[in-house]
Amino acid sequence: MGKRLGKQTIMFSNSAKIIGNYSIVGEKEGNGTFREYYDYVLKNDTFGEKTYESAERKLIEHSIANALDNAGVKSKDLDLLICGDLLNQIISSSFAARDFDLTFLGLYGACSTMAEALAVGATFIDGGYFNTIACATGSHFSTVERQYRFPLELGNQRPPVSQWTVTGAGCTVLSDKGSKKEIVNATFGKVTDFGINDVNNMGAAMAPAAMSTLITHFEDTHTTPDDYDLIVTGDLGKLGSEILLDLMEHKGYKLKDNYNDCGQMIYSNDQKVYQGGSGCGCSAVVLNSYIMQKIDEGVYKRVLFAATGALLSTLSSQQGNTIPGICHAVEIRKGD
Amino acid sequence: MNKVERNKKYNEYVNSKKPKTRNFPTLIYAYIVGGVICMIGQGVNDTLMYVFPTMSIESANTWMLIILIFLASFLTGIGVYDRIGVFAGGGSIVPITGFSNSITSPAMEFKKEGVIFGLCVKMFSVAGPVIVNGVAISIIVGIVYLFL
Repeated sequence: MGKRLGKQTIMFSNSAKIIGNYSIVGEKEGNGTFREYYDYVLKNDTFGEKTYESAERKLIEHSIANALDNAGVKSKDLDLLICGDLLNQIISSSFAARDFDLTFLGLYGACSTMAEALAVGATFIDGGYFNTIACATGSHFSTVERQYRFPLELGNQRPPVSQWTVTGAGCTVLSDKGSKKEIVNATFGKVTDFGINDVNNMGAAMAPAAMSTLITHFEDTHTTPDDYDLIVTGDLGKLGSEILLDLMEHKGYKLKDNYNDCGQMIYSNDQKVYQGGSGCGCSAVVLNSYIMQKIDEGVYKRVLFAATGALLSTLSSQQGNTIPGICHAVEIRKGD
Repeated sequence: MNKVERNKKYNEYVNSKKPKTRNFPTLIYAYIVGGVICMIGQGVNDTLMYVFPTMSIESANTWMLIILIFLASFLTGIGVYDRIGVFAGGGSIVPITGFSNSITSPAMEFKKEGVIFGLCVKMFSVAGPVIVNGVAISIIVGIVYLFL
């Protein structure tokens, strides 16, 4: 029996169940829209560490350990850890994994990492290769700023199209049994580049990738946007979301009130972050706090989580290359 | 539609949609803050000349620059200068205080990678182009001046 629909979508027959989740965020995010949904809000953004890189690593460690607690799984019973982040050579993830004595798979999908990890994890569970898998990712404003942009104390202005990297980490624990929340299918994305080279305008660079994955998902699964209670993209931000709405409408798909974007939602309007949040942590913390809680409460029964990533490096943009984007999607459903 | 055409159309569409920097208010803020920094400089200069009546105007200017550079560096260190910059834009970048900020901020940021490979190497990562261009252009101007 074929488990694959179309070229990019996998329909799971032994679907992965979501048995635990955890979110930890920085102070700024803690003052944002979802302040009461996060499991832990940092009081200072170094998290007691000497460097921001160590802080990011500790965020990821903390989210994995506590998600396991939340799932009631001991670290020795976990089969696999799938994790990724934004720093060069994904050091935060592999260094965090060092302390767990676990089978580890590192991913790089830029800000799409959460969806990519869930899709890969659910595939392993569906195949029966692993039974319990933790999927985690995180980012830190200060580490990303210094890797991709300027020193923190430099007195420059941000352009109005820019986004603010989320400080935070999220972890979801998947298992072959034990919950009614499940990942029923996954659509793996294609690298899509519509020729944007403005490194500040990530939303515009990633929106075509989101369009491509969403349309493929609807076609492969024979669904329409109206079938979902929530369709949520990763970190397109306000501008990127508006562009996505236009692109989708142009292709004959009308996204309505059930569409939103984690980057657009995460900060409140008075936080002066222009287009909203970005970074691996953005979609990870929104999924593992607000969205999971709303699924538990029964507000959302069918959620399409489509995290988006911009696959650039500082070198590629300095050498004048345009910014490729990617988007992976997983459908999370709650059974009765 | 081929890719080049599609990308061109998409870029045009994005450019028409993206929010622009509001020129008028930003210019006013930059003018006010830049002006205040210059007034402080003039104030320092006048005070020096008043306190040390024998000081020449050239050495008063030099001392004034040193004091401004120190102040900006100090404000960067206590995390104030970047807040001024968010408000003032070019107003706090163009005067010599902005130059001081652009050296101090990477020095602070990369101190964690060690004094040699962190601080010393990265210190000029923002201001480097200014120094290179400054030196190169002064050489050209110097040569022109020699033959005039």
